[in-house]
Amino acid sequence: MDMPVPNAAVIAKKDHVVARLKAVLPDDAVIHDPAETRAYECDALTVYRCPPLAAVLPSSTEEVAAVLRICHEEGVPVVPRGSGTSLAGGAMPTADSVILGVARLNAVLDVDYDNRVIRVQTGRTNLSVTGAVEEEGFFYAPDPSSQLACAIAGNIAMNSGGAHCLKYGVTTNNLLGVTLVLMDGTVVEVGGAYLDSGGYDWLGLICGSEGQLGVVTEATLRILPKPEGARPVLMGFESSEVAGACVADIIKAGVLPVAIEFMDRPCIRATEAFAGAGYPDCEALLIVEVEGSPAEIDEQLGVICQIARRHDPVELRESRSAEESARIWLGRKSAFGAMGQINDYMCLDGTIPVSSLPMVLRRIGEMSKAYGLDVANVFHAGDGNMHPLILFDANKPGDLERCEAFGADILKLCVEVGGCLTGEHGVGIEKRDLMDVQFGPADIEAQLRVKDVFDPQWLLNPAKVFPLEATAARRAG
Amino acid sequence: MIRPETEAELAEAVASAEEPLRIVGGGTRPVGQPVEGVALSVAGLAGVELYEPGALTLVVRAGTPLAEVERVLAAEGQRLAFEPMDHRGLLGTGGDPTIGGVVAANVSGPRRIQAGACRDALIGVRFIDGRGQVVRNGGRVMKNVTGYDLVKLMAGSRGTLGVLTEVAFKVLPAPESAATLTLHVEDSGQAFDAMTRAMKSPCEVSGAAWVPGARAVHLRLEGFSGSVGYRTGRLTDLLRDLGEVTVETGAEANAALWRAIRDAEALTDHPYVWRVSMAPGAMRAGFMADLDRTARFDRLVDWAGGLCWIGMTEAQAAEYAPRYGADDAASGAIRFHRDLQEAMVDPELGGGHATLVKGPAALRAEVTVFQPEPAPLAALARGLRAQFDPRGILNPGLMG
Repeated sequence: MDMPVPNAAVIAKKDHVVARLKAVLPDDAVIHDPAETRAYECDALTVYRCPPLAAVLPSSTEEVAAVLRICHEEGVPVVPRGSGTSLAGGAMPTADSVILGVARLNAVLDVDYDNRVIRVQTGRTNLSVTGAVEEEGFFYAPDPSSQLACAIAGNIAMNSGGAHCLKYGVTTNNLLGVTLVLMDGTVVEVGGAYLDSGGYDWLGLICGSEGQLGVVTEATLRILPKPEGARPVLMGFESSEVAGACVADIIKAGVLPVAIEFMDRPCIRATEAFAGAGYPDCEALLIVEVEGSPAEIDEQLGVICQIARRHDPVELRESRSAEESARIWLGRKSAFGAMGQINDYMCLDGTIPVSSLPMVLRRIGEMSKAYGLDVANVFHAGDGNMHPLILFDANKPGDLERCEAFGADILKLCVEVGGCLTGEHGVGIEKRDLMDVQFGPADIEAQLRVKDVFDPQWLLNPAKVFPLEATAARRAG
Repeated sequence: MIRPETEAELAEAVASAEEPLRIVGGGTRPVGQPVEGVALSVAGLAGVELYEPGALTLVVRAGTPLAEVERVLAAEGQRLAFEPMDHRGLLGTGGDPTIGGVVAANVSGPRRIQAGACRDALIGVRFIDGRGQVVRNGGRVMKNVTGYDLVKLMAGSRGTLGVLTEVAFKVLPAPESAATLTLHVEDSGQAFDAMTRAMKSPCEVSGAAWVPGARAVHLRLEGFSGSVGYRTGRLTDLLRDLGEVTVETGAEANAALWRAIRDAEALTDHPYVWRVSMAPGAMRAGFMADLDRTARFDRLVDWAGGLCWIGMTEAQAAEYAPRYGADDAASGAIRFHRDLQEAMVDPELGGGHATLVKGPAALRAEVTVFQPEPAPLAALARGLRAQFDPRGILNPGLMG
């Protein structure tokens, strides 16, 4: 993975920059000792590492603004960081950059049940947002699988999704307002506890911009009353074509499950060996979950099971209790852990039109043979968001490179069938150089122009999202 | 009027334009500062590109009539969940609304509170920027975080950043049945209590409106019939102490009732109409009381108290004028508009935005139709326009 050559002039004035940062932040909020900056050398994409020039941990919007103003004046690149759980390298530093971590900005500022909103500082973790409102029977809907650790700041930067977005949408659909600090230190209030301002959709533009347009320090999020209950049904099929047709029929019948999860045979076998959830050994397994009162759940599961039976399932197991539900989810939830035990793996995140599922799985199978690397597929089938897990051995020379080439081929396939490179993880550095597979020059140029408006010097997270050669002239200033 | 038949022709029309263009879909929603320019119609770019009911995906050319889109979806038992308003009645316009116009103005209806706005259902766009370049963003899949989300940026940008040529949506199944619970209310306190209580319940209310003229709060439930029946019972119990609840389950009656709310039919005859969006709590606590004190204009409240339509007659406008030393209706309307937008930035009221939806062109030319933005956002807006439309030819001035 290429990263830009660090700016030697910036590295040379490290002491000066650190002194200026220390003048506006408490001593323990400026980390510059090389032994300590190592802690920020990567995020959850751990194969690429580079310690930053320094890391700062501001505790208020004012401190964030002061840091950005200094870095802007000094021409120092800034890499914003939530909890560092990005799988795409979104928070990966360069040697000439300052990491701006929002971890100390973790307060709940206001909970307003009557208006069904919560205002938080964005270093707060995703799950603890729900934690702050669940006693009153509310929850925050986006639920990325890293939700125990990941910060709302990162969720906003990457427009994170989760297993339940078929019904509740992703971050952008649940975000009502932000406090945004621009690279020059300007603090801007966008939106609030109300809907749809008359001007441009700033929230929509900021959400998913991977920390390149500004640093979000506070957010107003929509919270929802918790449904009375939820129950899944598990179904096994002898081919992915049949499973795909079953998903389409469920959706066409007017049922909108909260989650439709798909696993293929390699994934089923690995998780069975690991967790013993009692899954059938078949080509394709679906877990479909619906919500509501017990009677409403029965009504929806009745429709779903009737459709499933028309597709001759090898197994159809409707949960009747909390224990049975947990057992059905056990294998799916341990899928990544199961893979990790077998091998190193790379988790992809492309999205495809649901109708292409059988063809895409067949092609992935063929590529797997050609590359000599095993792959297991986990899939949010309702929305087409695939998570193929490619197994490789990091200690074997050449395996990582082969794995990356295989991954790139799968993502190109996703684009070829009408899908996209990333459904919820973001581009970061990982998929940066594949952007021109999905976009033409004019499509990319339009996005670069947006960054020109927000960050004319290209100092915020500059080496991410776009192919380096496309941004070279702009980054050079 | 220029009326291209293909995207390439449209791109060429923009690239070769030597004077400002006024972008037109169906021409049914003339909201915003009046634009001087040559009309560029997108209506020639019509037709469904792709519809996969099993994937909840629809891709259509921007000039496709909304009615055609709704017909195609209804044939498969699906719909646009955001329930776009039809502005023709309120604004007295004719013609066929286009899907591109819906997107350009980010038009949503009562179901906004449950299913999201137009921008939430929009998953892909193609547009022509001010240089005449074709730009694509998003796509046809509903989960997509590849690059910046220009899809959302285009929704509601009213043709000032680009001319939409194709739009893609996540569509949703139309429900098997619907019911509306109607509660008789005497005042705004009771109305807001009822809507807030309903929205805090897990009943998945898909419409919550207060029609002061009818002293009625309407709450809509949709879904499978068993589920609607169950939730009707639960919600009725929840509201029992606030008054008597009646239930309407007829499909036709429900559709008509919510169409009337969606299209603000109660205010059709008013020459001046505003749309105010605030947090329901702020609307209830400060704004409504203020409005009661200053001027008892006709109102319609939707989005569970988050959206207030205000209608003003000529006589009411003339009555408002003297407090500013004027005596004509036009001055009264201008003054009220400014007071309204100032109230939106009053920290005591909690923030919001007010838009002049209906008023004579002279009034729209005189005032800032949309809520003025804080200076840094206004500067970013100018910056975006300069980047996407460097010659300033796309609906110049429409959004300020």
